[in-house]
Amino acid sequence: MKTASRLERILSAGHFAVTTECGPPRGAEPAVIRRKGEMLKGFVDAINVTDNQTSVVRMSSIASCVILQGLGFDPIVQMVTRDRNRIALQSDILGAAALGMNNLLCLSGDHQTFGDDPEAKNVFDLDSIQLIQLVKRMRDEGTFPSGKKIEGPPRFFIGAAENPFAEPFDIRPLRLAKKVEAGVDFIQTQCIYNLERFEKFMDEVRKLGLHKEIKILAGVTPLKSAGMAKFMKKNVAGMDVPDSVVKRMADTPKEEQPAAGIQLCVESIQRLRQIEGIAGVHVMAIEWEQKVPEIVGKAGLLPRPEPSA
Amino acid sequence: MIMGQQKPIEAILEMLAPYGKIVLAGCNGCVTVCRAGGQKEVEILGSAIRLAREAAERPIELKEVTLERQCDPEYLETMRPFLEDYEAVLSIACGAGVQFVAEKFSATPVLPGLDTTFIGVTEKQGVWAERCQACGDCVLHLTGGICPVARCSKSLFNGPCGGTTAEGRCEVSKDVPCGWMMIIERLRKLNMLENYRRILPMKGWRKSRDGGPRRIVREDLTT
Repeated sequence: MKTASRLERILSAGHFAVTTECGPPRGAEPAVIRRKGEMLKGFVDAINVTDNQTSVVRMSSIASCVILQGLGFDPIVQMVTRDRNRIALQSDILGAAALGMNNLLCLSGDHQTFGDDPEAKNVFDLDSIQLIQLVKRMRDEGTFPSGKKIEGPPRFFIGAAENPFAEPFDIRPLRLAKKVEAGVDFIQTQCIYNLERFEKFMDEVRKLGLHKEIKILAGVTPLKSAGMAKFMKKNVAGMDVPDSVVKRMADTPKEEQPAAGIQLCVESIQRLRQIEGIAGVHVMAIEWEQKVPEIVGKAGLLPRPEPSA
Repeated sequence: MIMGQQKPIEAILEMLAPYGKIVLAGCNGCVTVCRAGGQKEVEILGSAIRLAREAAERPIELKEVTLERQCDPEYLETMRPFLEDYEAVLSIACGAGVQFVAEKFSATPVLPGLDTTFIGVTEKQGVWAERCQACGDCVLHLTGGICPVARCSKSLFNGPCGGTTAEGRCEVSKDVPCGWMMIIERLRKLNMLENYRRILPMKGWRKSRDGGPRRIVREDLTT
């Protein structure tokens, strides 16, 4: 075991892992995070907390994760390079570790022009792959990029995201290979609706042998409505929602669409589970966290295992 | 070339409000090529200022000049003989030119008539686009001649983010082609895709502006 991460233990034991994501509040009220955590307790192995997703200011990922830790979770801190240079990143890596965090997801982050502060300076001192290298170096070599020794190195189970659907499609497995080379331990993918295309992606991933070196968790997002399906298809960059999925949602009477979306998500999980090299599922129920227990249950993934320490 | 764009006339008139006698100085360098601050623009802007001030019943005396380059001392010196007779200089050179005027003529206020925007190229008539961020450490040999610092909205060094659209556009805007998509296409064409597999380590930004204002001293030329 490289770290004290519960997720690492579950994956190492060969269990099919279940993670989820929770968006922190746009305010300083910790009860919002606690409420979401309580809803998810016992249904997932770990919860990611996003880092100012879509560049909209929210409670910090590290602070939100500490609140979840208080409920017994071993959360996944998300860290984007958009807002912090390498000095701030290193400092927050140390701080998160000191607060008992064991999982860190390394991301570049949405461009700041999406959010409420489009006039902000974009930092991107590092990209996500360089951040992985940084965290790995701090953990495994116990040194800062300067070469100086760290007194008490942070021990993170290192994660990253990958979008199998964004163009240029054929380069995505190679990009994943770079993340593996950089030292990532696990991957959570972008939401998968186009399963055929994802299977093709995984064919390439297996050809490169990447699934043996890291753990890949397939991302899913339940659709609440036909409107959401259309929105994701049209407006979310790098998202691949096939017409068949939009049609299935649109052909369902409006009041039954949420249930249809959940059913679709459950079917996706069951199919993803059959793919060689998929070690778990990452359920991103966007502002619909209360549905995660139902999805996980219907997918036959309960009860969650208790990994031995 | 260094690109510039004229400030709105209202903003220029506001800057000029305290003055009744100014020099309007253009530049025959980059800003002439990008049609923002050359002799022609001096004439057009000069007329616009005069007309506006006459309409406001506050006429202004304006001397129009266009220097060979405002970033070279020898050309700036050509203004010295008459500058004392004027209250301010409105320069429509790039930011370097404006500052050099200020530096050489410390007693005269200098006003910027342009916003200096980027180092770029003329894509076609009337269309200019950014190509270089002057980061001080060129990697174009590794990236197919397309710069990840200037052409990727996030200046990523190791490939496209997850936001590239099906049309190969940047998540920031449909008008911006994905820099990494272009890099990969070109590497493919050159049969150099191996370059993409290489992890480019964290960049030293000290050679960029991040290390503080930059200066080059060539001993072979200074003596």
